[in-house]
Formats: sequence, structure tokens, C-alpha cells
Amino acid sequence: MTNYLDNVDSDWFSKRLSAALTLVVAAFVVLIARLLFLQVIEGGELRRLSEINSIRLRSVDAPRGLIYDIHNRLMADNRPSYDLSITVKDAHPLERTIEKLSRYTGIDEAQLWERLERAKGTRAYKPVLLKPDIGRDALAAIEVNRWDLPGILVNVSPRRDYIFSPSLAHLLGYMGEISVEELKNQICSNCKSGDYIGKYGIERIRENWLRGKRGGQQVEVNATGQVVRVLNTVAATPGHNIVLSIDQSLQLTAEHLLADQAGAAVAVDPSNGQILAMASSPSFDQNAFISGMSHDMWNALISDPSHPLENKAIQAEYPPASTYKIVVAAAGLEEGIIDENTSFFCPGFFKFGNRTYRCWKKWGHGEVDVLKALTESCDVYFYKLGLELGVDRLAWYANAFGLGEPTGVDLDHEEGGLIPTAQWKKKRVGISWQKGETLSVAIGQGFNLATPLQMAMVAAAVGNRGVRYRPMIVKTIRTADGQTMYESAPEVTGRLPISEKNLWLVREGLFKAVNERHGTAWRSRLEGMDMSGKTGTAQVAGRRDDAASGDDDWGSIKDHAWFVAYAPRENPRIAVAVIVEHGEHGSSAAAPVAAEMIRFYLSGGQPKPDTPLAAASATTADGD
Amino acid sequence: MFDRRLLQCFDWGLLALTLSIGTAGLVALYSAVSAGAVEPELTLFRKQLIWYGIGFGAMIFCFLFDYKQFERFANFIYLASVGSLMAVLFFGKYVSGSRRWLSMGPFTLQPSEMAKVAVIIVLARYFAKLINTDGLTLRDLMVPAVLTAVPFALIVRQPDLGTAMVIALIAGAMTLFAKIERRALSWLIATFTMLVPLVWFFLRGYQKQRILTFLNPDRDPLGAGYHIIQSKIAIGSGMLTGKGFLKGTQNALSFLPEQHTDFIFSVLAEEWGLMGSLSVVMLFLIIIAWGLSIAGRCRDPFGTMLSVGVTAMIAWQVLINVGMVMGLMPVVGVTLPFVSYGGSSIITMMIGIGLLMNVSMRRFKFE
Repeated sequence: MTNYLDNVDSDWFSKRLSAALTLVVAAFVVLIARLLFLQVIEGGELRRLSEINSIRLRSVDAPRGLIYDIHNRLMADNRPSYDLSITVKDAHPLERTIEKLSRYTGIDEAQLWERLERAKGTRAYKPVLLKPDIGRDALAAIEVNRWDLPGILVNVSPRRDYIFSPSLAHLLGYMGEISVEELKNQICSNCKSGDYIGKYGIERIRENWLRGKRGGQQVEVNATGQVVRVLNTVAATPGHNIVLSIDQSLQLTAEHLLADQAGAAVAVDPSNGQILAMASSPSFDQNAFISGMSHDMWNALISDPSHPLENKAIQAEYPPASTYKIVVAAAGLEEGIIDENTSFFCPGFFKFGNRTYRCWKKWGHGEVDVLKALTESCDVYFYKLGLELGVDRLAWYANAFGLGEPTGVDLDHEEGGLIPTAQWKKKRVGISWQKGETLSVAIGQGFNLATPLQMAMVAAAVGNRGVRYRPMIVKTIRTADGQTMYESAPEVTGRLPISEKNLWLVREGLFKAVNERHGTAWRSRLEGMDMSGKTGTAQVAGRRDDAASGDDDWGSIKDHAWFVAYAPRENPRIAVAVIVEHGEHGSSAAAPVAAEMIRFYLSGGQPKPDTPLAAASATTADGD
Repeated sequence: MFDRRLLQCFDWGLLALTLSIGTAGLVALYSAVSAGAVEPELTLFRKQLIWYGIGFGAMIFCFLFDYKQFERFANFIYLASVGSLMAVLFFGKYVSGSRRWLSMGPFTLQPSEMAKVAVIIVLARYFAKLINTDGLTLRDLMVPAVLTAVPFALIVRQPDLGTAMVIALIAGAMTLFAKIERRALSWLIATFTMLVPLVWFFLRGYQKQRILTFLNPDRDPLGAGYHIIQSKIAIGSGMLTGKGFLKGTQNALSFLPEQHTDFIFSVLAEEWGLMGSLSVVMLFLIIIAWGLSIAGRCRDPFGTMLSVGVTAMIAWQVLINVGMVMGLMPVVGVTLPFVSYGGSSIITMMIGIGLLMNVSMRRFKFE
């Protein structure tokens, strides 16, 4: 055994070298043979092919999945968009072609040149997009004058169309061109720049379901670049269709009732957590996002003080006000602090420390038990009960009702509200909890915050005897040819920690609040529909320290009006939460909205000739 | 200090060969970037000239001092290279789904290209010590296997299957040249045969697609299958004398994918015909033979193995790239040395030439 490289002239080494060279030469012989074959033997044929080589690749956009409501009513459709492009090489002479194009279609010539300028450096054979979505009139003008417009192409691509826009805009969301960051973060699996993707709502959350798979075609083109034949097609795979649990008629009703006001209304099916309607007012036009929005329009949208882009049903947090008394009453009963016979005396105010906390009813409710407290929304009763419970015990129950954390609905940007504890305040504000603050919390004011969806879920859980569901919006996902890929199943997230008897008392109180003459929502009662509910009047921020209500001299800033309800009384089919910003009283502004939604839904979508809206707008013996 | 013999022994022939291929490459690149555009887009062409400038600097740097220095610093070079490959996985720039590039100010570098040279140097050092008439045993092969596997795995992770494969092939060629003991060789052959089906499971979806498409181009009429058909039309339509400079229609119509990098040979063959394509292929063959002869004349085991490694790198890339554009191999991203556009590729190849020159001009030291 010797190191043969130490003796380079050895036979050994030269053998290895020549072997290596032989192998290389052999491989090159194969390459050269192939070259000869292609360039000499097949050369003539391949030259001919290259001369008639007019085969181009064209991508075919996949239609996006459609979105339906629970009754299979189409809500988001695709419409054809006619996109105008030009192949510079074929457009001779360029100046005249552009000039004529502008004359036929009415598109500003400068605008066309600007797009061309931007595309400088791309290959002359590649079509340059001049203007997307030119509309039928411009299309007709081009088709008629096709002979006069060399190199001008019109491609059809699918565009989103929201049939009921601006209805349900916040929930469906909208689409926009993919941004550089989104491309970088690979938001979706097969995106390329210039693609439209979901930017908000269901469109965004379910992007990967809705989005189809792009296809393509090998096409043969003639001398002016017009397609003469499709040679080979890889079909685009359409996106998945989504069926929502939304009932579009109920949705439209809710939006109609909230028109010209700021606020939100949420309706859920208490038996499974499916969201039937989710209105947020004011809304915006989704279609404007698709066809490209002007700067002014966008600025108007984002500077509007009523926040049209915000989905108030899940993103806006309000003090739950008297609707929170449902939780306080249940907590008090369950903790044994009160029972059905416990009663407190309400003189119309409650002195605590050196302050006087008022009841909404100046001259008092007199002797009040838990049923009367809920029916008439007596503040003094809940001050006393709240003091006994303490802030932390109350917070534990509030959390058990699903407050203070997001409900987990499959929408983006959901807020969780706030349920304060002594520890939270110490950490956040740096000051220990003051007993007086418990009084505010007990009537749903103070630090308390909740979203309309959270309150609807509270109503649903109370109505269905204690089962908490995760709110759901997507009911079914199907392929374009109808194969079911996903079917939502009710998801139980917990049970209210309230005994059946105690929960019955609370429900009885809510029933009486609507159906008894002294009840705070008596005016909105529904004949034969057994609605139960609770009004609320949320003091607008700034008055937080004046925990109690009754400051009539407040003036310009009106309170927010709440109403949460479910119906019918047993095995409810619908639970609703409504907030009307600055609507003043729950009973006059919010309850009629909720009542009409429930009436509409339970009567199977029958419009009512004389709505209770008008009647209820008059001031009534109001709660809280 | 300066030895006059260094100048006497300078390998002018290798320099001339390199310049010839480089020139042919620049001509082809000019066609690739300018034909068919509204106005010629010469940014890439100018950048390539800069790359060549840097490449020449690197080449000179590589033959200025004795190549024995590379043997001394082999481990350092190797570790630095593996380090940069790891850096790519963490800080690399994403371009269409893979992370191959490191940003260095205005330039981006592809550490996987440099890794080829690092592997060649470290393996040359290892084999130089062990080479013997009986061949290497399985135990001897453990170290080079690991030295190759580490950068290989890091590059597959990017993923850049083409470059990873080239590194494995270079290592394989060097090992075979160094000779493997007969028993070890039969073991290896048996193991590889069994491993091939396993490898299939580790390939990514698109990589499998490419192999399937190679076997049956109709499978993917919009992607690789289309590219290969168009590339073959381009090459064949060049016929004997070509369509002429800047007259290539396949190129102009953008029928060729990656026409300035992976498919540049098709552009060249279309415009210059068999005349041009055969000349370039022959130039490559001569460079490879030249490299082997440098290996043959070198009296130092490290110098010999270094030359064999660099020659293998050039040979594999030419065979894979030209084979691919003519439809003899699946579509993999391997550049054509000295011709394809790309800074990292050009610099790596010029470093390789510098190393060959270094070995060539210092052969007298052992006489």
C-alpha cells in the first residue's frame, strides 16, 4: 500500500487520470450527439415550429368561493370584470392606438400613458394592464372597433360582488390587492403580486377556503396577439362555498331598524350558538373597496366619528349597565346572599360613606325582592347586593357568564370587554379598590365593559337554562360541486354555575320585565311570543365616577341604550342584544329594535303593518 | 521573494480558455436581456460585467500565494462556509419560496455557491493524506461523508436541490478518483440502490413534479413541460448557423424561462446554431481536460485533489445544465459556468479557475 500520488509517474495514477478523462469525453459525446440530433436532424422541423410558434401561456383566475346565508341566499357573488390591456409590440403605431382607445372608451389618455410608463422595461410581447374593470359600455366600444385597435386586449377575470352591500359589510368583510408584507408573510398558499385577497371579516379569516387554485391555458395567438385557439387547459379549481348561519332577512331587518343611528344588534340561536344576525351601524359599501376607492372616500370613512368600519357587535366595548344585573342577581342567589324572599327597602337612594347613590326612580321602589328588582331594575337593591357580594366574587360569576374575555367567534379583531377585580385595579391604576366602586360595578357601570355579542351570549345562556355555546358564523363549507368539507357542530364552552331553581328566578324576573305592567320593557312586549329581556342605560364615559344614574342635567351627551332578550320563554329560539349609541333609554331606543327582530324572526319573516317602533318612541315608565 | 519561474509557468492557456467562454457567455447574456424588450434592459448585463470584474479579482487573489495556504486554512474555510449556510436559514432573503440569498449591502450572495469550493478544499486536504493504491475503506469514508452531508443538508433545507446535488456529485467524483476499496465500493453501491426509493419520500412536492414531468413532459403543460419543449424548439431552430445575434425568436417572445440564468444555453444555441453551441461545448470539454492535466502534472497530493475537485465542479454543472435544456435531464436549478447570469456563480467559478492556475503555476516546486 503506497500513496500513489507520491509517485506521480506511476502507471497507477495515469490510469486513473485517463479513466476520468474517458468518462468525461463519453458524457460529452452524449451531449454533442443530442446537439446534432436537435440542430441538424430535427433542426428543420424545430425551425418551422419556432416560426409558427405562437403558443403563449395564459393564467386563468379561479373563481372565489361564494358566500350564502342560512337559507342559501347568495350574498357574495363573482361578476365578470373586463380588464383592458395592451401588447405594445402589436400596437402599431402606439400613439395613434392609445389616442383612438381613449376616444372610443372615454378613458383619459394621460391615465393610459401613465400605466404604460409604469410598465416600461417589461417585454414588448407581454400584455400591460391599462385599466381593470372597464365596464360594459367601454367593452362594447372596443369590441365594435376591434379592427382599429391593434394590440388591445380585453381579459375577463372574476371580481367580487356583494349583493346586499352595505348590508353585513362588517361580517363579510371585503377584498383588496395583496400587499408586499402579506406576500412576504405568505398569508395564502398560492398568491402572487397583483392578486386580490380578503382583507377583513369572513373574506380574510376564510381566505384559504374561499381562494381557489389558479389554472392556465396554452393558447395559440395570431399576428396581432389575438387568441385563435386554446391548445391545452389546466382548469382552475374554484374556491369553496361558505354557508353562514346568518339569516339575511333578519339581518336586513336589524339594519333597517338601526338605520341613521350608531349601534349594533346581534341575534343568536340559543340552542347552538349560531349567529343569526350581526348588524353594526353605520355600515360601508364593500363594493367600493373592490373597484378601487378614491382617497377622499377612504378619508371620509376613517374620519367619520361614528366609525363605520368598526364592527360594533364585537369590537366596540360598552358598560353593560343594567343588563349586567342578570349576572349580579344570579350571583347573589347562588351565593345564598339572597333568596326569593329576601327583600330590601328602596327609598330612591342609597347612602354609602359620605355619598348618596341614587336609584333611577327618584321616589323609590319601596320593598323590593329579587323578582321585582329585575322587573323594575331597582338600583338600590343591586347596590346592597353588590356590597355583600364584593367585587371579586362578582367578577368570578361574570367570567363564568363569558364576560371579560373574547367569545372566540371566528371573526377578526374581537374585543374581550372588561370585568374588573380588586387586583386588576391595583395593578392597572395603582390604587386599591374602593368599596364605593363596587356599587357602580353592581349596576354594570364603573370599569365594566362588554361587547354586544357577549351580552347576546349571556341572554342565550340564561334562556337555554345555562348552556354556554361558542358563537358560530360559518355553518357549512362546501366545494364548488357541492361536497361538504366542513359542517359546524355546536360547541359547548361551559355551563352557568347557577342552580336550576336560581336560574328560574332570574328568568322569571326577565319575563316580568317585559310582560308585567311595571316592567321596564312593558311597552315592547310581544303578543303571544313570550319575550323575556332586560333593559339597560349605559352612562357615557366621563360620568364613570357618578356611578349612580339620575343626573338629568347632563345635557349634550346622551346615554347608550341597551336591551338583551330571548324568546320564547321556554326553549328560546332567538336571543338578541341591541345597543343604540346615545339612544338614551334602553326601553325606548333599544327594546323596540330587539322586539321587532324577535317578532320578525319568530313569525317566520312576516313584515308587520304597524310596527311597535312608533309607539315605543314615546317616553314610558322606564327602567334604570 | 518573487520566483521568476512563477511567471514562466503561468497558465496562459487556461486564462485564454476562460476568457473565451466568458466572452461567449456575455454575448449570450446580452441577447437574453435585450431581445424582445421595448428597450434593452441592460442593468443585468452591466451587473454581470461587474461580477466578472470581482471574479477576476478573486481569481488573482486565489493564485497569488501558494495553494498550500488553502490546505492550512481548509478547516477554517469550511467552518466559515457552513456558518454562512446556517446564517442563510435564519436571515436569508425569501425569493419565491426559498431562502438562498444573504444580503450584503447592495449585493446579495448565495452562500451555497461558495460552499462548493469550501467542500472541495476540505475534501482535497483529507484525501491527500489517505490516498493509496489499495483504495479507501468504509471507515476512511466516514469523515468525507460527514463533511459533505452537513452543507448538503443545509442547502436542501433552503431548499436548493440543484446546488445540493452538485456538491454531492463533486464529493462523489473526488472520492471515486481517490479510489475506493473494492469491498467498500460494492457495499456503497448496494446501499445507494436501496436508498433511492427512500429519497423519493423526502423530496418536496414540486421536486417530485419535476422528475415526473421529466419522464412525461405532458404532465405539466403550463410549467416545466412547456419550458423543456420551448427550450428544445429554441435549440433545434438554431440549426447549423443560427438565426443570428439578437434574432432569436424563442428568446424574444419570452418562451424561455429564466433565459438569463438556467436556460441561457438555449438562447446561445438559437442565435448561433450548431456552430456556436458546439464551440462552447468543446471549450468546456477542453477546460475540463486542461484541469485534469493540471491534476496529472501536479506532484503534490493536495494540489492534485484540489484540481480534480474544481474540474469535477465545472464538468458536472456543464453536463447537468446543458443536459437539462436539451431535455436529457429533469429541470433543476444549476447554472452554466461562466455563462449564466449571477454574481455568486461567476465568482465561484473564477475562484475555481484561480485555484487551478495556482496549482498549475507552482508545479515546478515539486520537480
